[in-house]
Amino acid sequence: MIAEAETTVARPPEVLARVQPLASPARPTLVLNKRDFHWITDKVCGIVEQPAPLWWWICAAVAAMVASFVPIGLFYLVSTGIGVWGLRPPEFWGWDIVNFVFWVGIAHAGTMISSVLCLLRQKWRTAISRTAEATTIFGIMCAGIFPAFHVGRVWFAWWLFPVPNSQSTWPNFHSPLEWDVFAVNTYLTVSLLFWYMGMVPDLATLRDRAKVTWRKYFYGILALGWRNSTRHWRNYEMAYLVIAGMATSLVVSVSAIVSADFASSLQPGWHTAIFPPYFVAGAVFCGFAMVLALLIPLRSLFKLEDVITQYHIDCVCKATLAIGSMVAYVYTMEFFIAWYGGNLFEVFTFINRAFGQYAWAYWIMLSCNVLSPQLFWFKKVRRNLPLVFLVALLINLGMWCERFVIIVTSLGNDFLPSSWGYFTPSVVDIFTFFGTLGMFGLLFLLFIRFLPMLPISEMKHVLPEADPHFGERGHITTGADGVPKGGGL
Amino acid sequence: MSKVYGILAEFKTPHDIYAAAVKLRAAGYTRWDTFTPFPVHGLDKAMGLPRSKVPFIVLACGLAGFFGAAGMVWFMDAYNYPLVVGGKPYWSPVYPFPVMYECVILLATFGAFFGQFLLNLLPRYHHPVFNAEAFAGASDDAFLVVIEARDPRYNEAGTREQLEALGGFNITLVNE
Repeated sequence: MIAEAETTVARPPEVLARVQPLASPARPTLVLNKRDFHWITDKVCGIVEQPAPLWWWICAAVAAMVASFVPIGLFYLVSTGIGVWGLRPPEFWGWDIVNFVFWVGIAHAGTMISSVLCLLRQKWRTAISRTAEATTIFGIMCAGIFPAFHVGRVWFAWWLFPVPNSQSTWPNFHSPLEWDVFAVNTYLTVSLLFWYMGMVPDLATLRDRAKVTWRKYFYGILALGWRNSTRHWRNYEMAYLVIAGMATSLVVSVSAIVSADFASSLQPGWHTAIFPPYFVAGAVFCGFAMVLALLIPLRSLFKLEDVITQYHIDCVCKATLAIGSMVAYVYTMEFFIAWYGGNLFEVFTFINRAFGQYAWAYWIMLSCNVLSPQLFWFKKVRRNLPLVFLVALLINLGMWCERFVIIVTSLGNDFLPSSWGYFTPSVVDIFTFFGTLGMFGLLFLLFIRFLPMLPISEMKHVLPEADPHFGERGHITTGADGVPKGGGL
Repeated sequence: MSKVYGILAEFKTPHDIYAAAVKLRAAGYTRWDTFTPFPVHGLDKAMGLPRSKVPFIVLACGLAGFFGAAGMVWFMDAYNYPLVVGGKPYWSPVYPFPVMYECVILLATFGAFFGQFLLNLLPRYHHPVFNAEAFAGASDDAFLVVIEARDPRYNEAGTREQLEALGGFNITLVNE
């Protein structure tokens, strides 16, 4: 037994000596400047442990002020009526539903990064996964406000859930709107559990470093007594993998179900089979842009250049470009199918989108979503962070306009010209939307202040020395320059 | 003086603790554990731990979600209060499929999340290993081995010597 054990530890498999494998081109290192385990702990915990910087207070104050628009706007809406949202015939879905789809979309990148890229073993995802998951949760929170209040009498919103009520009726499960209730609530719950579970070992790290009593209790309670035991890690890793698989099915299902709200109607421009994949691609696209827009300032404010490297930014830019191209393909395909399908109302809707009364929104959408990401083909652009940041903001603007184009143009000019109309948002609409932006910002600022912003234990895991066979004969490692060394084959 | 829970040794790198785990297992220890800041790959196998049981819980929960949701929709929209919508059948497995799908994901995730903590017997806020001063290092950059005093092969001097021979340092006794 002991002899056998020694063989496994000391010597590489015999087959390696025989086949003499070539050193494959090394992947870029994910943590620069040869930082060690302790440096990562110090760096990430330090953000939470040190007093909040001045910019944090200023941003938090501004965000809190803007966020206060949400309760004020909603209070006015509940006490007056749903009409304060600028909803009138023929536009009964206006900015509120645009905002709902927009925020659900923002949420998607977090799930994509933490689940799909986890299953694909993309190790670069680790450094950005925690912040991306946070955008998911805060995005769904902002999204949920709009449909909940759009029902009109929000105090009856609980009728959406399958619980007995005084009229002895049940929800109508034939309706995609009811599917949405299940999709969005499942999405929020699963994302929250996934986020929290990933954070438990890092909360334990914060607990073990805590010097102040409230910190000991706060992080101690949240860490659930986590002991970093290998007997626990084994179940933990398995559960993490399984939830990643589950969340992957959410990436493709939530926006697809949201799109069914539109696709199952007979409205021209909505009644198309391409909608589910179209909405998923659009969602992931604007989510990635939001992740970029958040990461670039965070990286320089907290001096995280060693862990969120240029390579990470390159990867996110390339992913944005790839998904943006899918979105561009869908824009083209929609026009083709409208023509090929031969339905005059459908053809009219698409020509009307490009040249009708909402043409301004269409061309903003097209230039922001199709043209601006093309810059990411160039390495020079991807290395110019202010420009990347600008493109990311443009994509978010474009994606908001895309939802506006889909929802408002189809309702504004449908079958009967006599019932056409033009949607103008009310002041309450505008303030509530900007309020959710403030709310998102405030939640995010609180997150970076009190919770570990980067996954500490996962990042240690991607260091080369985390491999138990690091430095052994036959084990290929890479230096800080990314060139493979050692090996001795 | 309180009772001894076990003996703790520290190692510097994942490589060292992996090598130590292989040898400790070979030496016949059964009641022991390693504590690492991140899951060291292959360490569970080196310790001889079986595969995690989490997937079974997940499967059971997922199936419950699927059939539970189907049953719920059938009861609500086809049996207890039959709904006529667009002349479609009261019951079909097709129209509630999105609901069934989401419930599979929801319950399977509950299974993975709560199952994992259940199998790990967490939350547990008090454990003897927290008494060791070196233990806080396990969430930073220390790789620890703790051999419990209840282990049939444990004897204070012999085990300490063995851990030293494996390259362990800061060897201390952990009190209950």
